[in-house]
Amino acid sequence: MEKRFGIFRHLAVLALVAWGSVASAQDAALVAAAKREGKVAWYTSLALPSSTALAHLFMNKYKGIEVEVHRSGSQRVLQRVMQEVSAGIKNADIIHTSDGGHFVLLKGKGLLMKYVPQGLESFPEGFKDKEGFYYGMRATLSVLAYNPKIVSEKDAPKTWKEILNAKWRGKMVTAHPGYSGIIMTHVLALLNLHGWDYFKELAKNKLHVVQSANDPAGVIASGERAVGANGAEYFYYKTMKQGNPIKIIYPKEGVPLIVSPTAIAKDAPHPNASKLFTDFIFSKEAQQMLADQQGLYTGHPQVTYPKDKPQLKDLKLLAADPAELEKKNAEIKKKFVEFFGA
Amino acid sequence: MEAVGRLRVSGWQGIRNLDRTLPVWIGASLFLVFLMLLPLGWIFVASLQTEAGWSASGYAQVFTEKAYLKAIWNTLIISFWVGGIAVVIGSLLAWLVTRTDLPLKRTIRALVMASFVTPPFLGAFAWTLLAGPNAGLLNKIYRSLTGSEEALFNIFSMEGLIFVMALYSFPYVFSMIANVCELISSDLEDAANILGANKLRVALTVTLPLAAPALLGGFILAFLHSLSLFGAPAILGLPASLHTITTQIWALFQYPPRLDLAAAFSVPLLLATMLLIALQKKILGRRGYSTVGGKGGERRLLRLGIFRIPALLLVLGIIALSVFLPYWILLKAALAKAWAQPLTWDNFTLENFSFAFFQYGDTQDAILNTFKLGIATASAGTVIAALIAYITNRQLFWGARYLTFFALAPLVVPGIVLAVGLFLAYARPPIVLYGTIWILFVAYLTKEMPIGFSQAETTFKSIHPELEDASRILGANRLGALRDVTAPLARTGLIATWCFIFIGVIRELSASILLFTPKSKVVSVVIFDLKEEGQIGVIAVLGILLLLVSFMVILAVQRLVKREVLATRE
Repeated sequence: MEKRFGIFRHLAVLALVAWGSVASAQDAALVAAAKREGKVAWYTSLALPSSTALAHLFMNKYKGIEVEVHRSGSQRVLQRVMQEVSAGIKNADIIHTSDGGHFVLLKGKGLLMKYVPQGLESFPEGFKDKEGFYYGMRATLSVLAYNPKIVSEKDAPKTWKEILNAKWRGKMVTAHPGYSGIIMTHVLALLNLHGWDYFKELAKNKLHVVQSANDPAGVIASGERAVGANGAEYFYYKTMKQGNPIKIIYPKEGVPLIVSPTAIAKDAPHPNASKLFTDFIFSKEAQQMLADQQGLYTGHPQVTYPKDKPQLKDLKLLAADPAELEKKNAEIKKKFVEFFGA
Repeated sequence: MEAVGRLRVSGWQGIRNLDRTLPVWIGASLFLVFLMLLPLGWIFVASLQTEAGWSASGYAQVFTEKAYLKAIWNTLIISFWVGGIAVVIGSLLAWLVTRTDLPLKRTIRALVMASFVTPPFLGAFAWTLLAGPNAGLLNKIYRSLTGSEEALFNIFSMEGLIFVMALYSFPYVFSMIANVCELISSDLEDAANILGANKLRVALTVTLPLAAPALLGGFILAFLHSLSLFGAPAILGLPASLHTITTQIWALFQYPPRLDLAAAFSVPLLLATMLLIALQKKILGRRGYSTVGGKGGERRLLRLGIFRIPALLLVLGIIALSVFLPYWILLKAALAKAWAQPLTWDNFTLENFSFAFFQYGDTQDAILNTFKLGIATASAGTVIAALIAYITNRQLFWGARYLTFFALAPLVVPGIVLAVGLFLAYARPPIVLYGTIWILFVAYLTKEMPIGFSQAETTFKSIHPELEDASRILGANRLGALRDVTAPLARTGLIATWCFIFIGVIRELSASILLFTPKSKVVSVVIFDLKEEGQIGVIAVLGILLLLVSFMVILAVQRLVKREVLATRE
């Protein structure tokens, strides 16, 4: 009995080894092909320090493959991609923005390559395109934040509604949905919660308008404005961790959760390097780095988060539907400019 | 006139007498016309094109929608004030430096050059750190000195925008006026003096009229320059919900792009410039001011007396606003962890430098691209601008004066619109340049032509044809006369032209922002990307680098020609 079990165990180990070697043979072929291509052009909206860190992690692991980081805001990344497509230029390998709507659009136009990265099965549903074209590489929250040197904890706004109070006039900063996919998703989420009147009222408080969802962190830290009416939580967190005066508020009404997809361009000039990099992005190693060093949330079930950050399950999350984002993109940009003036 | 007359001579004799250098002139003219017409034509076509077909609905929308009208109005107000302030500051400084015994003149020239070299977007960025209403260091100092709760100055406002744009527009006026002041001999002023006019009367009736063309030219140049600026309004205006034409157009290019509206925005601007230039011609009429000829003219310096030191302080104060303060804050931001805090050891870091140079892959390529483009464009641009300016100035053939319009036209086309025109023109066969560095070269060449041309034209205007005529009477052909007589006289002016174009190129942002691809990034684009994300320390590092290398190039050129680029003719 024990012997048979032993054999079974032996067989099982063998099977595992065999499966493993098939996988690694595939890997080896992919790595070799990727190395021949030598580089991958990554059009990304992930904050520059974070995307550079991820690129370097990859480059250290796969020597000889260079990751070109081309970082801009989500809407600018899309603009660039479409501009190049219209001119027949094939330059982009991997496209990553925080506006899920972009990927509905790109997929609809047949501009994405179908590719399922390894280990994706265990990711939650909200991170996967059913047809296999794009996957959420990170999750960002859009939150309120304030500078504790200027505003006491007692006075700090706790909810999205509280910042409508006229006492915050001239003291707040907002990022722009015409630049940032995070803010685009933020506006849609709050629109569904409180309606356009919310933003109309908010605009009366004369906000300082910046572009990137990462920029409010610096504006608050320097004291240029006291309260951030929105902004990427991971960047607030990172800036706070560097010793800057920032406190983050996770409003009780709900926190917009932005899942930022990544996809390979249909005409990627470096398809193998793109696949390898995409596999790498979803590896535990990379996802854990994003959580530990960049303060991001991810869909990877085994990733652990810093102790001083709330668990996603403890927050009331406001998710956005990529299809709805795609549909409302133009309207949101137009209304926002109408209310906020630029 | 002489050439026109010759061309009209009919028959064999006429052809034999034709200037054999004519192909050079005609070739240069055709190249210019082609360079300008292709993108401008495309803009015109695009302004009438909608998805549904041909329609003027773009124009209708631009001139009825409130937000667009507001942007146009803002732009006009801003440019008017910028033009006015730039003329006052620029001409005052130019006069002080060229015609008075102000101390430290060489230093002041170098510092004005430094303000000129400073890209307006970088200046605007530095001023956000200096005069942001709450965190801005000047406002903090003001509050701690006065105990006031209010800010002294909010840079995120229309006044702030005008202020910063004027700071970086006045060097244009300065160089124009300084050139003229150096060329006006004191003879006329002396004559007036001898005839009993006092100093004020001499200044008003002799010096001012002599300088008038340059003053008006300076105003128009500064006005048009500020009209087409993109970076400064984007950095200072947008956070305060203030759109200008350029930022509005830029917004229209976001996906899905509205090229028709953007183009419709720029066509009226083009017409407005034609009007302005026509106006300038009409006002100035035939009053030329070639007072430099083969004859000697003496220029004496006015003694400032007790005003010598106050005048110096005033000049240094202006320079402090455009150079000292911004450079200091950039240096601080580059070296600090938190720029708004005092620069103590705890706050000191070299992280920004190591990130910019070693981690961030774009930096090195962008620097290389920027300086390659700067040198190539400046060299090609100077040659073309000089040829064109010579043609228009000497009226080499019929229609020559219309070349002025072509050479100046890009000035009113905001770089970003020019970029669309170029994108439309060069992203499809037969000439596919988009995706390469060449489209930036063409864009810069087109965009810098007005500056190069004005600079070259001012140079030629001040050199009386009589010297050249003498050489031609002695048997030289026109090209030979130009090379042996006029060019050496114009040498300093042309080297200045080279530097102007070079500087214009390395800080160009508004066209680059649409035309770059990841293979052809330039420093300004990288900085703007970083600005949108709020990477203050890294921007400061790249800004300092851009400035340092620019100064090195200019110093090298000066060494090469062994004189100051904006030097006094002595």
